[in-house]
Amino acid sequence: MNIYVLLKRTFDTEEKIVISGGEINSDGAEFIINPYDEYGVEEAIQIRDSQGGEVTVVSVGSGDAEKQLRTALAMGADKAVLINIEDDLEIGDEFTTAKILAEFLEDKEADLIFAGNVAIDGGSGQVGPRVADLLGIPYVTTITKIEIEGRDVNMIRDVEGSSETIEASLPLLVTAQQGLNEPRYPSLPGIMKAKKKPLEELEIDDLDLDEDDAAAKTKTIDIYLPRNKEGGRILEGEPQDQVKELINLLHSEAKVI
Amino acid sequence: MSRKVIVLGEVRNGELRNISFEGIAAAKTVAEGGEVTAVLMGESVRGLAPQMIHYGADRAVIVEDPKLAAYTPDGFSQALLAVIDQVKPEAIIFGHTALGKDLSPKMASKLGAGLISDAVAIEAEGDNIIFTRPIYSGKAFEKKIITDGVLMASIRPNNIPPLEKDVSREGGIFAVSADINDLRTVVREVAEKAVQDVDLSEAKVIVSGGRGVKSAEGFKPLMELADVLGGAVGASRGACDAEYCDYSLQIGQTGKVVTPDLYIACGISGAIQHLAGMSNSKVVVAINKDPEANIFKVADYGIVGDLFEVVPMLVRELKALLIKA
Ligand SMILES: Cc1cc2nc3c(=O)[nH]c(=O)nc-3n(C[C@H](O)[C@H](O)[C@H](O)COP(=O)(O)OP(=O)(O)OC[C@H]3O[C@@H](n4cnc5c(N)ncnc54)[C@H](O)[C@@H]3O)c2cc1C
Ligand SMILES: Cc1cc2nc3c(=O)[nH]c(=O)nc-3n(C[C@H](O)[C@H](O)[C@H](O)COP(=O)(O)OP(=O)(O)OC[C@H]3O[C@@H](n4cnc5c(N)ncnc54)[C@H](O)[C@@H]3O)c2cc1C
Repeated sequence: MNIYVLLKRTFDTEEKIVISGGEINSDGAEFIINPYDEYGVEEAIQIRDSQGGEVTVVSVGSGDAEKQLRTALAMGADKAVLINIEDDLEIGDEFTTAKILAEFLEDKEADLIFAGNVAIDGGSGQVGPRVADLLGIPYVTTITKIEIEGRDVNMIRDVEGSSETIEASLPLLVTAQQGLNEPRYPSLPGIMKAKKKPLEELEIDDLDLDEDDAAAKTKTIDIYLPRNKEGGRILEGEPQDQVKELINLLHSEAKVI
Repeated sequence: MSRKVIVLGEVRNGELRNISFEGIAAAKTVAEGGEVTAVLMGESVRGLAPQMIHYGADRAVIVEDPKLAAYTPDGFSQALLAVIDQVKPEAIIFGHTALGKDLSPKMASKLGAGLISDAVAIEAEGDNIIFTRPIYSGKAFEKKIITDGVLMASIRPNNIPPLEKDVSREGGIFAVSADINDLRTVVREVAEKAVQDVDLSEAKVIVSGGRGVKSAEGFKPLMELADVLGGAVGASRGACDAEYCDYSLQIGQTGKVVTPDLYIACGISGAIQHLAGMSNSKVVVAINKDPEANIFKVADYGIVGDLFEVVPMLVRELKALLIKA
């Protein structure tokens, strides 16, 4: 089985967001593998271990993403590819990223592609379905279970609280939802091995892609932080009085009940 | 600049979801006086079409086919492409719901278009339509415009108020037929996990429990409170990890992002990942026995106390008031 995992490097969930000069300031921030992509890496490794084959993790980004790719290799992925766009592309959006990934995957004959259902920074959830569409293969989003028998794939898809049992066949792209598995931590031997595993670095020129064909179709014109909530009001008195006051405030001051 | 806009309505259990009407309001802003066409797709949806007009659509297009009984990306994209082919819209509005999240990127890809996902506000300014959307799971916001092609956006439920319903509004209802074939994914079974009447993403009131709720049993008073307020129950990851409730209830950076009018956090400490999912709620109430808990920093009103004492008291008081009213 030839498995690919699309992996985005993203801010650690613990990070506070700071804006300077109209941009998100990443100085000193910790970065992680997008949590949903970690589920993808884990599931891909498990499938490979039971069915044989190879797991390749691929990321579009800057040279910094090498660290997250190495982590995925340490977890057990076989190969990593970094498509480094730093020097070639100034602006891009979900379309750009999907186009680059699809161009790369075009001739790889992937049987199964994992993406996260959403990246916790950009948050659009577009890249998975867009890549599948560009490759002309079907996709199933937000899966919490996947079983493969031959070319047949059975999945459970989480849909706003209910779950769908879905059938499809390979080749297929799926996006991971929380609950799919418990991603492993890289082991020490895993980390040692990862250092020797292949990590290929490509640039746009290495792909059969004209930069204009991947030009962004959207533009960000402003970034800002939500207004800070003023310190809340802690109610006082006996519990009974607090409850009464709360209901009163919700009704007459906040007007939400 | 007026635009021809289509907006996708969503049906669940034979009824239109509220997001459909919110979508019409969004479409009106984008249309700037242009025609708004509501689209309904399913096995049998004609009966619901007039409501879309009552809520402001100029006309409705329906695509009915047994193959559309369950949502699949192939079936729905083929049907919607047939509609687009006839209507030739300059903008398309989806809900940022399970369906819209799944379908809109595929449509954008098919049309070679840009798509702005999860918009919480829309304004027309000059020749541009400016969309506001949360990034970093609500820790920041960005304003975005589409620079090329059909204008596409998905809107987050509960943020763009629907227009007033007017049953005297009239408009045509047209059927479009689509060749739907070669569905590459098949839905075999749908199991309703959550026994909630109110969907979390659409709820006006959410009562949320954390590890402080201590057990699955401990969620009972929270459910009662949600019930009296006509709301839904949510949870922190702490509560989900401890198996007090299902992951589908999780709110936060790796769960659902919600913006109800009222969010009541019970026994939740207020970790940054949890705050990302709820701190843009209009009013936040925190009930926690630890006065230092971080959740109080984002709460409009706080009660320092034992949730097992406070929550049942709230239920009793509210019930008493309801009887009086
Ligand atoms: C040249 C260029 C410039 C950019 N400039 C900016 C900028 O200035 N500001 C900004 O906010 N964003 C910028 N981006 C990022 C872009 O706008 C989107 O954030 C990105 O395409 C992914 O969208 P998302 O974060 O919503 O991911 P989603 O669509 O939510 O991600 C879903 C899944 O897709 C996969 N995926 C997403 N992105 C990648 C990736 N890069 N590599 C591998 N897999 C991925 C992962 O599996 C992920 O879980 C730029 C992108 C490019 C290519
Ligand atoms: C990658 C990543 C993603 C994450 N994503 C999410 C996410 O999406 N959502 C999320 O919620 N978390 C998320 N977390 C977890 C988060 O960091 C916290 O661990 C979690 O939110 C804590 O849950 P809690 O507040 O219920 O539990 P705790 O932090 O244990 O807090 C329990 C609270 O209950 C109070 N309490 C106890 N008993 C009572 C009582 N009788 N009456 C009143 N109060 C009482 C305590 O004072 C305490 O404040 C994520 C973490 C990581 C690393």
